[in-house]
Order: sequence, then C-alpha cells, then structure tokens
Amino acid sequence: MLFLDHIYLIPLFPAFGAAMMFFFGRRLQKATVNAVCVGAVVIAFLFACFTVVEYTHYAHGTGQPFQKIVYTWLGSGDSQFSFVKKDGTMAQINADAGFLLDPLSSIWLLFVTGVGMLIHIYSTGYMAHEGGYYRFFGYLNLFMFSMLTLILANNYMLLFVGWEGVGLCSYLLIGFYFHRKSASTAANKAFIVNRIGDAGFILGALTLSWYLGSFRFIDINAAALSGAFHRGDPVLTVAALLLFVGACGKSAQLPLYVWLPDAMEGPTPVSALIHAATMVTAGVYMVARSNAVFVLAPNAMKTVAIVGALTAVFAASIGLVQNDIKRVLAYSTVSQLGYMFLALGVGAFAAGVFHVFTHAFFKALLFLGSGSVIHAMSGEQDMRNMGDLRKRIPITFWTMFIGMLAIAGIPGFAGFFSKDEILWQTWSSEGGAYRILWFIGIATALMTAFYMGRLIFLTFFGQARMSHETEHHVHESPKSMTGPLVALAICSVFAGWLGLPHSLGGTNRFEKFLEPVFATEAPVMRAEEPAQLAAGQKEEERTDPMEYGLMALSILVGIAGLMWAHHVYSRAGKDYVEPIAAKAPPLYTLLYNKWFVDEGYDYIFTGRRKLGKVRLGVMGAGEASSWFDAKIIDGAVNDVGWVTRAVATLSTWWDKWIIDGVGVNGPAILARMLSYPMRLLEWGLVQWYALVMVFGLLGFGVYYMWK
Amino acid sequence: MTDITTLHYLVVAAALFILGVIGVLTRRNVVIVLMSIELILNAVNLNLVAFSRMWGNLHGQMFAIFIVVDAAAEAAAGLGILIAFFRNKETVNVDEIDLLKW
Repeated sequence: MLFLDHIYLIPLFPAFGAAMMFFFGRRLQKATVNAVCVGAVVIAFLFACFTVVEYTHYAHGTGQPFQKIVYTWLGSGDSQFSFVKKDGTMAQINADAGFLLDPLSSIWLLFVTGVGMLIHIYSTGYMAHEGGYYRFFGYLNLFMFSMLTLILANNYMLLFVGWEGVGLCSYLLIGFYFHRKSASTAANKAFIVNRIGDAGFILGALTLSWYLGSFRFIDINAAALSGAFHRGDPVLTVAALLLFVGACGKSAQLPLYVWLPDAMEGPTPVSALIHAATMVTAGVYMVARSNAVFVLAPNAMKTVAIVGALTAVFAASIGLVQNDIKRVLAYSTVSQLGYMFLALGVGAFAAGVFHVFTHAFFKALLFLGSGSVIHAMSGEQDMRNMGDLRKRIPITFWTMFIGMLAIAGIPGFAGFFSKDEILWQTWSSEGGAYRILWFIGIATALMTAFYMGRLIFLTFFGQARMSHETEHHVHESPKSMTGPLVALAICSVFAGWLGLPHSLGGTNRFEKFLEPVFATEAPVMRAEEPAQLAAGQKEEERTDPMEYGLMALSILVGIAGLMWAHHVYSRAGKDYVEPIAAKAPPLYTLLYNKWFVDEGYDYIFTGRRKLGKVRLGVMGAGEASSWFDAKIIDGAVNDVGWVTRAVATLSTWWDKWIIDGVGVNGPAILARMLSYPMRLLEWGLVQWYALVMVFGLLGFGVYYMWK
Repeated sequence: MTDITTLHYLVVAAALFILGVIGVLTRRNVVIVLMSIELILNAVNLNLVAFSRMWGNLHGQMFAIFIVVDAAAEAAAGLGILIAFFRNKETVNVDEIDLLKW
C-alpha cells in the first residue's frame, strides 16, 4: 500500500517541476531543466505504474475503487456547509482534496503519464533551439499536474480544478509563440470557447450534487443507482446534458470544436500531448465517469451519440482537403473524439475508453511524427511543398506509416480493435436503433483512411516539391525525438491487443478490467425496463455472424480508403490535382473553407461582421439593445430627470427671490433703512459720549434753575 | 479769618470735579482718564464728608468709605480691561477705541 497511500504524490511531482521553472527557470541550464521537468514526469510515470500494480492487488479484479481523502477543503464533517436537497433533507457539501483510483482512472493515469513522459523526452529535442525553453517545460509540467489532478479527483469540484488547470495550460501553450498574432488569437479562441463548455460543466455538476446530494463520484454513483430515480428523470437529463456541454467544449465536439484546429498554433509536442492524446479526452473521461447518471438519461445519451457521430463525419470531411499537415491531424482528432462520444452515447462506455486509449498512442505518434517532418522541413507545414521524404527521414516515415495503419483501422494495429468495437456496439445496441449512426461511422472510417493516406503519400511519396534550399536541409531528427516515435509506434501496434474481442478468440481484457466501473447500467435497466434485458445479453450476441460481416466491411473500407489515396497521391508531382476539386469544385470550396463555420460564427457570435454600420449576430443584437437602452430607456430617464431639474430650478428661483427676497429679506431691509439715522448717533468714541452727557446734564441743570 | 464753612468745601469739591471732568473729556490716554475719574470720585467724597460734617452724623462718611472701596474696585477692573485691550490693539489711546457702536 506504499504507493496507493501516497497517490497524491503523483500530481505533485510535475507540480514541483513547474514550481521550480516558475521560480528559478530563467537561471537554469537546459540540462538542468531537462533533469527537473522530464525527471518529474518519469518519476510520476513510474510511481503511477507501481500504484496501478498495487491497486490491482488491492481490488482483486473486483474493480472496487480506492479512495484517499487527504482533506476536505470545502465543507467538513461538522457540516459547516450544507444545503437542502430537492427532497428537503440536508446534505453536506464535500469537496475534498481527495483521490480516486479505479479501473477508469487507472487507464487514464497510465497513458497520460506514459505518453506525457515520451512527449517530454521528444520535446527536449524538438524545442532544443527555441527560446523560452524553461517556460515551455514549466507549462508542460503544470499541464501534467492539472491533468493528473483531473483524472485522480474523487469529486466534481476537484475535477473542475484540474479541468480549468488544463484549460489554462492549453491557453498558455497555444500562445507559446505569443509574439505571433495568430498564436495569441488562437489561444484566446481556445480559452473562450472552452469557457462556454466550462459554464455547462459547472452547472451540470452543481445540479447533480443538488439532486443527488454529493460531489463525490462514489456517492453520486451510489445515489443514482439506488433505484430512487427512474430512467428519463428530467433533472438528471438536464444535468447530463449540461455535463455534455462541458465535454463538448473540452473535447472539441460540435458546435464547440472550432478552437481545436486553431490550437495547432502551439508547438507540435503540445498539439500531441494536449490537443490529441490527453486533455481533449478529458470530456470523454468526465462523461464516462458520470456514466451512472447518463444511463438514467436516455435522451442525453442519444444526444451524445448523435453529436459524436455528426462531429466524426463533419471533421473528417474537412480533414479530406486541408493542406497543413497539423490541421489534417487536428481535424482527425476531432473526428476520432466524435467516435469516442458515439461509443459513450450508445452505452458502450468501455469501447469509448478503449478508443481513447489506443487513440492516445497513435495520434500522439502521428503528431510527433508530423513534428519531426516539420523539423526536417525547416518549419514548413504545407503538404503541398513536401513529398518524397520517405528515404530521407526513414524512422519518421516508418513510425508514421504504422500510425496511419492504426488510425485507418487495418487489422492488427491498435485503431482497428477500438474502432471496430465502437462500430459494432453502435450497430447492435438498443436493438439497432442507432444503425443510421453506424452508417455515419463507417463513412467516417472511409474518410479517415483516405485523408490519412493522403497525408502520408503527399508527405513521403511522389516528387519532392520543396525548394532546393529546404531540400538540402532535410535531415532525420535526433534520437531524443525518434526514440519516443518508436516507442509510440510499438504501443500503436500492441495497445489494441489488450482489447482483443471474443469474436477473434481474445478475452477482451480491457473491457473486463473496466467492467466494474460500467456494469452499473444493467441493474437499472433490469429494474426499470425488463424488455431491455436483451442489452444485458451482449455476451451471447458477440458471436453474431453479423459482427464478422461488419468487421470485414470496415477492414474493406479502411483498405479502400488507403488504396484510393495511394492511387491519387503516391505519384503526386508539383501540379497534382485534388480529386474532390476536380470532380466537385463547390464541394471542395465548402470543405476547404471548413464548411464556413468560422465565418458563420463571425456572423452570429463574434460580431466581426457588419452590414454598413450595423453589426450582425448576437453582438449586433447586443449593440442594438445597448443602443435601445442608451438612447430610448436612458433617454426617457434623462428626460424625466431634465423636467424635474427644470421644475426644481424654477422652484429654487421662486424660493430665493420671492419668498426669501420679498417675504423675509424685504422687512429686514426696510428696518435697516429706517434705522439708519438712529445709527448715526452712535459713533463709538467714549469721550464724546461723556461730553454729551456732561453738556446734557448742564442743560437740564440750567433749564430747571431758570424755571 | 473766617470759619471754613460747608460752602468752602463745596467750592473746592466743585473745582476738583470740574478738573476731573475736563481730564476725562480731554486726555487721550486711558490711564489718565482713569486717574481723572478718581478725581471726580474724590470730589464727590469731599462733598459727602462735608455734608456729614454739616449734619453732624456719619452717614456721609460711610458713603465716602463705600466710594473709596468702589474706586479701588473700579481702578482694578478698568486697568484689567485696559491691559486686555492693549494686548489686542497695542494702544491705550481712547480716541482709537471706537468699537462701542452699531
């Protein structure tokens, strides 16, 4: 229990690295920065491995969660902070600095630290010649800290802390080249769009805690499954939908996906770590973590599935025609995240998590590979100016080729197992209600294979289309970069084998491991809808011959996509033609401009568009209502004020001149004027008074003597 | 050599009184004015003492003693006012003291 009891140390290792960079980074040598930051993540990875090993001994395969509450930072046992639940009873707010390890967080813990470690190592090579070296690694470590907090949190509040932390780090790292206007704009965009999602998330979490009486996942799951709530409970549906809004923001789903492609402004290792492998899967993690609630909200589940499927096909369609190598991968990431949500939405939580797991490896691999290509191409990112790099940077080529096979769903590689599992679950769940989504999924699979093939063939095959100077500089990346590529390539092959399905003679150990976390839906369904018992019998359905048929179809689709891309692009010269542009120019324009979504948002939300002097969209409405408020409402208020003021002025004048002037001061002035002669008698010299007195007395004396 | 009658006293007292009045009316220095007031009071005292002698009783003398006491008190109060006034105006000239008016 040595490691389990000190599970809180896992996020603290990278936090220490980040703090070191913050306080002393400027003065440190690159070697020291490497030792501290990469070292911290390596230690965290090893620690996480030992912790998970201990956990498996602790749980004995029951999936019993391990909870370690360090302290409660909001509320306490003395019920200082409590609130009234909807049933009138009091409940305590308990937001802990607490850590929860169960199969779900174990998986995230392992691949976040593992992939994170590889990307840290890769970055030492990739960033070697960049300024702000210590700043970069400080941010990366801060990100690792936040992400580990997010996945190890035992309650929604601490999860939210991590959730915001990764958002902040994402912002900082997208804007790493902040002197570039486009980078700082992209960082702002990411942050602001995420904020919309965050608002949904916090509202959802608070609704849940109000309704179910706790922030802690364990309590919430227990409450949701207690049978006190029926399936389709409106409040739970609202809470689940709000949580999904949060997931849409963080995991780049429609309609909030727009920040992720722009996030490619950041350094490539950041794109690999944050915007492909780890942070963007936080939404998937959160929905999977709240599975007990989502299971009780079938409408929310439907929404998740539909949004996921639409995002998958939408992003893939854009990815077909993009020319920036990183943007293709970004849209691919959005599309794959759509797959994950599709899986969650149809109730195949384990399949969704499995796809997160395999995707983390092959997408990190593809991104790092693209970074290696960009490195070789002296910073060039446009695939139109690449070509024929296969022989010149062979390690990058072969590892990326494996990544392509994995994401295209070629059997034997990781992506095949997870994607096929999702498609099969989509086909078979809910008695086939989601088959339309399956068609979308399979169409997306075809597009995925095509655009990945396009990326590889344009970059590594055909004629060299770069300038001579760039061509002269092409070189394989250093070992610190190719090492992680090879490691990730190996994972991209074998990670999928953990979830070898029953139909292929495997035991699907991955889902077995996760089963305790997600098995919770069965009892609810049994209690509520006996007709759904069939859903609990998926085990038997697994040998359905249909599954083999669909599997064959998806393999066929994957191969077809790759072959088509090979046919079109493998001999691409300087004047190659995009097939879509040749066949359907309007469609090409639409896709090339990303369905004009950003422009549409400009019209509707950002207020950058004007019609004459009038701003359009929500901001325009805001401006109009601001104008109405300032001119009409405030104008009326000011007019009333003006009238009052005028009346008051008049009344003041009346009071001052008529009342005070004539009534009060008038008599006073009169008295003063009349008294003037009297006052002349008093002139202040005592001796004169005395003289008057003497002569007066003399006068009286003389008068009386003579009388 | 005639006897000194009451009339003699009265003439002296009248002379004294007129000297005092002239002093009060003409001198600018307040100290002199106060001294002139003493002359007036003493003229009155002389009258009173003279009448006391004429009537052969002590009523007048008693009044005279009262007036002496009163003169002392008046001198003390007057000088006190004078000093206070001098501190403010730095003058003891009575024609410059003209505050006692409307």
